[in-house]
Amino acid sequence: MPKAVFPNRFLPYLLLAPQVAITLVFFYWPASQALYQSTLKEDPFGLKSKFVGLANFAAVLGDPDYLHSVRVTVVFSVSTAVLALALALFLATAAEKVVRGKAFYRTLLIWPYAVAPAVAGLLWLFMFNPAMGTFAYLLRDAGYRWNPLLDGDQAMVLVVVAAAWKQISYNFLFFVAALQSIPRSLIEAAAIDGASSTKRFWTIVFPLIAPTTFFLLVVNTVYAFFDTFGIIDAVTGGGPAQATQTLVYKVYNDGFVNLDLGGSAAQSVILMAIVIALTAVQFRYVERRVHYG
Amino acid sequence: MAKIELNEVRKVYPGNVEAVKGVSLSIEDGAFVVLVGPSGCGKSTLLRMVAGLESITSGTVAIGERVVNALEPAERDIAMVFQNYALYPHMSVRRNLEYGLRNRKMAADEIARRVDEAAKMLEIAALLDRRPGQLSGGQRQRVAMGRALVREPAAFLFDEPLSNLDAKLRVQMRAEIRRLQRRLKTTSLYVTHDQLEAMTLADKLVVLNGGRIEQAGSPMEVYERPASLFVATFIGSPAMNLLPLGAGGLAGLTLPAGAASAAGAGETLGIRPEHMRLVEDGAPQPQDMVFDLTVSGVEVVGAESFIYGTLPEGGPEVAVRVPGYSHVEPGTRLVAAADTANLHRFDQKTGHRL
Repeated sequence: MPKAVFPNRFLPYLLLAPQVAITLVFFYWPASQALYQSTLKEDPFGLKSKFVGLANFAAVLGDPDYLHSVRVTVVFSVSTAVLALALALFLATAAEKVVRGKAFYRTLLIWPYAVAPAVAGLLWLFMFNPAMGTFAYLLRDAGYRWNPLLDGDQAMVLVVVAAAWKQISYNFLFFVAALQSIPRSLIEAAAIDGASSTKRFWTIVFPLIAPTTFFLLVVNTVYAFFDTFGIIDAVTGGGPAQATQTLVYKVYNDGFVNLDLGGSAAQSVILMAIVIALTAVQFRYVERRVHYG
Repeated sequence: MAKIELNEVRKVYPGNVEAVKGVSLSIEDGAFVVLVGPSGCGKSTLLRMVAGLESITSGTVAIGERVVNALEPAERDIAMVFQNYALYPHMSVRRNLEYGLRNRKMAADEIARRVDEAAKMLEIAALLDRRPGQLSGGQRQRVAMGRALVREPAAFLFDEPLSNLDAKLRVQMRAEIRRLQRRLKTTSLYVTHDQLEAMTLADKLVVLNGGRIEQAGSPMEVYERPASLFVATFIGSPAMNLLPLGAGGLAGLTLPAGAASAAGAGETLGIRPEHMRLVEDGAPQPQDMVFDLTVSGVEVVGAESFIYGTLPEGGPEVAVRVPGYSHVEPGTRLVAAADTANLHRFDQKTGHRL
């Protein structure tokens, strides 16, 4: 790449400044605050705090509730990411085959992304709430014991579906763009080469959209880890019996409801470390298998 | 090895756009047939219908006695070379060549044998472990050919395979395709818009225009006896000179006594630039037609030059081929002549040869 040359030596710094400022204010500052807080212990009335070193971390990691939350998060994130990616890819490949009303179909599929997480959660709650949900009523009518307020697994299914539903639009958009960038002649060549449409998909299309899939995998994982707070809060509030209490929900619950600021901060730091590690692993191991055209 | 038989093949796209309007064509076993025509003439659509990439509205396509209308592309026993090569970018060259054979569950040693043979034939053995992205345009072209070759199909289909190459490489690959086809004797159908490519490659040239066959025949037949005005101007460069005759003939054009009575109003005469000469090189003969020209420009090709001149009173422009380097100033008045034995005559209304 050619090196850019600026007429003034301060100009490049000036151009970078807004981005750097935003990152400093909204990431480094809170992150350092969390790091600082995680080493403090507050008294019950929030009047004074004292330095306790890594005691908060030790307490958090020794807490069976926390380890339970880790398991819940793994189940929730993997299910959400996989479901959102798979459905979006399925819809995108189907959208490719639509002849009439392609634009209309695509537009409709993109709308859910414009819905705020808490609202999305409420929509699903309205549909599946055992007391008033239409679909809950239908499910019970069909003889299925649907009660996410008591059954932890059902509650998990509900939040996963709600979280995935919201992310499908975003993934769909990227998959459609990726599919469109594959030259038609490649698919035709594969057809002449005797590959069935399923085989074409897995040997030609899927490898060629792998960079997009990889990017979406990272984005969806981060989304499931962090951005699903609103959905969980609206649909289950982390319940029943912490069955849907993900790590980020527990940070909020312990910090702002139970007012254990030090423990909550320690959890934030661990969460941050997990996501950084996860992304690093994804880039290091998954990306190797990705072919960039 | 198979012959290809097209019978009244039509293609109508949604919106009632008729791209191919009833084409019948018989391709002999082992022949190299080139479909040539301007863009939008339906040549690619026709090829894609033979390949099975485009449905056939009506008529039949048969590849070796077998009507293939309802068969998938893979079942037609054809291989195609695409304009953009359509190599699988995420596979090595070897995997690209193997792909069609693996899909057909061929034995591994047979696959290896065919790939090695094709690689040797096309001189791409050293490239087998590379990805298409690491190859030059010419090398990609070879790999695309190799992918067709290893299949050992009944017919090769080429869809403008050379148009993405630079001029020098195009000439080189053209000769190579010809040589390969001669050697393998595989029936080939080749689509191009380049009339020079068509002339040099074809055993049989098929000129298409507006979804119809304008003329089919050997390249020299088509060149020497164009069936219509369209073919006359499409084949040959520079194009054939056309002289539309009115009631009083054409201003600046003198026809010899015998021919004048035969050629009348409503006809267009055609004469190729190489059959024209300047009168200073030799006085007009009795059978010559004579042109009174004002030079509008000169195109020097190297071994020869083309002098372009216009007939008076806003008449048509004609080209005269002269050997070597010519340096006539524009605006100069010249007299050119041509033997009427080389004259082509067309009906102005229908465009057909008379």
